[in-house]
Amino acid sequence: MRLNGASILLKSLEALGVEVAFGYPGGQVLPLYDALIDSGIRHVLVRHEQAAAHAADGYARASGRTGVCIATSGPGATNLVTGLATAFMDSVPVVAVTGQVSVGLLGRDSFQEADISGITIPITKHNYIVKNVADLARTICEAFHIASTGRKGPVLVDIPRDVQQAETEFVWPQPVNLPGYRPRTEPDPDQVEVAASAILEARKPLICAGGGVISSGASAELAMLAERIQSPVTTTLMGMGAMPADSPLFLGMPGMHGTVAANRAIMECDLLVAVGMRFDDRVTGRVDGFAPDAKIVHIDIDRAEMGKNVRVDYPVVGDAGACLRALLERIAGPATADVMRARAEWLDYLRSIRQRRSTRGSPSANGHHPRPAQVLRLLSEMAGDDAIIATDVGQHQMWVAQHYPFRSPRTLLTSGGLGTMGYGLPAAIGAQIARPEAMVVLVSGDGSFLMNSQELATVKANGLPVKMLVFNNGCLGMVRQWQELFFRKRYSQSLLTGSPDLVKLAEAYGIEGMRVSRASRVGPTLEAALGRPGPVLVDIVLDTEENVFPMVPPAASLEQIIEGPGSVN
Amino acid sequence: MNRYTVVALVVNRPGVLAHISSLFNRRAFNIESIAAGLTEDPGVTRITMVVSGEKRDLDQVMRQLDKLIDVIKVVDLTERSTVDRELVLVKVNAGPEARAEIMQVAEVFRARIVDLSEDSLIVEMTGDEEKVEALIGLLSKFGVIEMSRTGKISMFRGRSAVKTETC
Repeated sequence: MRLNGASILLKSLEALGVEVAFGYPGGQVLPLYDALIDSGIRHVLVRHEQAAAHAADGYARASGRTGVCIATSGPGATNLVTGLATAFMDSVPVVAVTGQVSVGLLGRDSFQEADISGITIPITKHNYIVKNVADLARTICEAFHIASTGRKGPVLVDIPRDVQQAETEFVWPQPVNLPGYRPRTEPDPDQVEVAASAILEARKPLICAGGGVISSGASAELAMLAERIQSPVTTTLMGMGAMPADSPLFLGMPGMHGTVAANRAIMECDLLVAVGMRFDDRVTGRVDGFAPDAKIVHIDIDRAEMGKNVRVDYPVVGDAGACLRALLERIAGPATADVMRARAEWLDYLRSIRQRRSTRGSPSANGHHPRPAQVLRLLSEMAGDDAIIATDVGQHQMWVAQHYPFRSPRTLLTSGGLGTMGYGLPAAIGAQIARPEAMVVLVSGDGSFLMNSQELATVKANGLPVKMLVFNNGCLGMVRQWQELFFRKRYSQSLLTGSPDLVKLAEAYGIEGMRVSRASRVGPTLEAALGRPGPVLVDIVLDTEENVFPMVPPAASLEQIIEGPGSVN
Repeated sequence: MNRYTVVALVVNRPGVLAHISSLFNRRAFNIESIAAGLTEDPGVTRITMVVSGEKRDLDQVMRQLDKLIDVIKVVDLTERSTVDRELVLVKVNAGPEARAEIMQVAEVFRARIVDLSEDSLIVEMTGDEEKVEALIGLLSKFGVIEMSRTGKISMFRGRSAVKTETC
């Protein structure tokens, strides 16, 4: 079948099982958008290309499938950059297709020309510019293969306009020829053996699970290992949902805003089993004081992560699920009675710390304002176990991580690595399109929400029943908190004046808006909002001085955790 | 601080060098020299790099390089039995009174004079790093006008070779 490049691209996407693409048209993708009319691919028109990338990312995180976004050349392509960097930092499979000026105009500073393949080298897993239509189908095939295997990540394919228009025979399937790309999924048996011996002997083990467990679909194996060795489990922000929050083995999140129990466990464990996580500085605190008494088992699919940030004693390279299964085979039964007794004591000790921990907040918070922990507890009770929570970045994100009891994987969508404000609303849109039947709730802040609030139009146009909770404290809360604690309360540019009335903003887009500013009204308001069949925005007015605790000061060791205002442990 | 010699075999595709140089920049690796050229396989380019740092840095360089999609293989040649060569061109001040002495130096080093003018000449030499440094040291007293070095290339002695598995 002889087709032009635009149709070949779309046929290839269809053959790969792609159902939806998020995008925004422009001059150099006109041939592609023309062919789209005759294709089976559903296109979701966003209102800013950044949202197309975030929506594709949210779609991928919620469903486990590869998300697709499309933008035109130049500014369209550069607007994808933040979204691609977000997906790259969190290892999310996304394929971005960009239009480009025709091959003959490349390198001449043509209208709307940007070297997007050059720009995105450090923030994509791989990228391509297709200069010959004969290479197009194979390139699309390779792009999806690379994005969705090994350590997943975004891949960009830049297609000049004349390549979209040039015709050639469409051949499918296409051979993938990548001699330099052979990701290891099954672990080396010797590495497994050594790690298993270390685990068997550990008296104070701690499992730390990250996003790799969710990406690999290895939650069941994780729980099985934890149960079998009776080890406490902490999950990083990216690992939330990998272990049910109501498990008696669960300690909460470690790190800068982690729980006292999880951080204490890191500082006192004798073996840290890290699975699918990469020792981000927000998790480790000061690296030289991290897990001082522990040997470290590091399970990760990316060999380059071994020893990158912390010393690793027992590396195990492979897919998290495959590695955990291999370990489970080796660790068939319980350890010796003596070791199991030591582990039971260790667990009791950590549980007592966890129970002692209260939901502290700022004492200056006025009595009548809604409190973050209260809102999130009520939300979790009403939204159901399978609800998908998308967040933005800042205080509200940390409150969600601390207080929302995630029970299953792929239920928290959040920008963990890059920390992208403006991620939440488009990610929620992507998730709702991936999972139309699911309850999708955005928890945002007034700063973050305004960074992509134009996507209310996408919500409305597509009839998406996304529930949007904006924690509104009239300021950039996390910045304000740091200024209060570390910059002598000099609130430089962190107080947001001139913000719009969010209820009216929603209404301007034809979306119902509600406001709650009294703690006593939170329950009824949430109940009403979640009960609506369509989208609702709820403006939740918080006290400006609400802070996130516990907190480990920047560049401090996890030992120096501040449990609440005025108390330094 | 140690120095390591690393060879990478990469797919001969446009953009592959951009990916590699971007990686060095992003990961803040210290690269002292880099030399790239074709191999016995027309689809494969061989890149020889001299990296300075600690062993840990070397591991990261090699693993991050290996992670690039178009990099087929990465091998550490440090402290292995290898032939190491570098080509250097040195243009030095050479008035009539200095020429004889420069030519004598060149002869001892088995270097060649490849250009001559009234007051300058170009010395060409291949050799390992030590020899190149020694030559440059001796020529510096005449005043080096311009110098260009290719960076080191390196190959195992004997039958063992850095090859892709497919060829």
